[in-house]
Amino acid sequence: MSAQTLTKEDGKSVSFYVQDEHDHPEGGSTMLGFWMYLMSDCLIFAVLFATYGVLGNSYAGGPGPREIFELPLVAVNTAMLLFSSITYGFAMLAMDDGKARTMQAWLALTGLFGLAFLSIEMYEFANLIHEGAGPTRSAFLSSFFTLVGTHGLHVTMGLIWLVTLMVQVSRHGLIAANKRRLLCLSMFWHFLDVIWIGVFTFVYLMGMLR
Amino acid sequence: MSDSTNPHSSPHTSAPAHGDGSAHGEEHAHGDTASHGTRGSYLKGFFLSVILTAIPFWAVMTGAFKDPSTAVLVVMLFAVIQIVVHMIYFLHMTTKSEGGWTMMALIFTIILVVITLAGSIWVMYHMNTNMMPMANMADMG
Repeated sequence: MSAQTLTKEDGKSVSFYVQDEHDHPEGGSTMLGFWMYLMSDCLIFAVLFATYGVLGNSYAGGPGPREIFELPLVAVNTAMLLFSSITYGFAMLAMDDGKARTMQAWLALTGLFGLAFLSIEMYEFANLIHEGAGPTRSAFLSSFFTLVGTHGLHVTMGLIWLVTLMVQVSRHGLIAANKRRLLCLSMFWHFLDVIWIGVFTFVYLMGMLR
Repeated sequence: MSDSTNPHSSPHTSAPAHGDGSAHGEEHAHGDTASHGTRGSYLKGFFLSVILTAIPFWAVMTGAFKDPSTAVLVVMLFAVIQIVVHMIYFLHMTTKSEGGWTMMALIFTIILVVITLAGSIWVMYHMNTNMMPMANMADMG
């Protein structure tokens, strides 16, 4: 709001405030809204972590974490997600500079790291099920597959979103709407990495310490 | 602002209205599509994350801590630090982003997460220990 003074011909002046239009550009509150979504997603994971925390010791005579977890594999998986986080960060820097091609290359690399993460996780799950340690074996394994599987599902959705946005950018270029979407995906992607910190700490590392 | 009601007011009305500064700052937040990161901040976050991941993995894989409960504490501490690093360097959390509302939402969520996690584990742990069939069950009657 800004104050203005208008002097009329008779020498008297009239003061008034100009109410700024204060227009909300399209998507002006998207980032905050998306953050709210991420926080609610955080609560979903909190519930799944709590379930795992409660049921994680109920082996029903089946295998425990020490017998089935392969830490080197988890370490590689963690590295994949970390690499994908930094490459996504570089994609955002290229976006700031308006370099669409460089950004697409970094996004593609991010997608490959994400795909590698998912492949390793699928391999781990398939191995576990093959060994008879599937989600139906014990409450521990049910909660393990639900928690880690939900995270994997999020990464899958993130990958689909990533490919969609790459197509969008190649068609329409770095328009404001695409930049906004890419920033939302950036938050989503880094958020998944934060959840993964919880997973490898709470599930894998602490599982090996039992 | 009251200056402008006075037509004979002093020259300083023509000076840029610094009182409006805060309102303008807020307007910038709308439709802002910069990522707020720099190459340096991303690299710093990345290297910190690598170190903060490698240490707990190394500690657990080599069995560096003889006492498991110490190891659990150390591993959890590293996870908390790494989550904060990610929040700052990758998610660009500040107390000022979106007028402080992202921070408010985050604090609220952390409170709910702590209640959910600590509450569930605490209640269920006590229920399990109290409901476990015990050898001296008969004495309890």
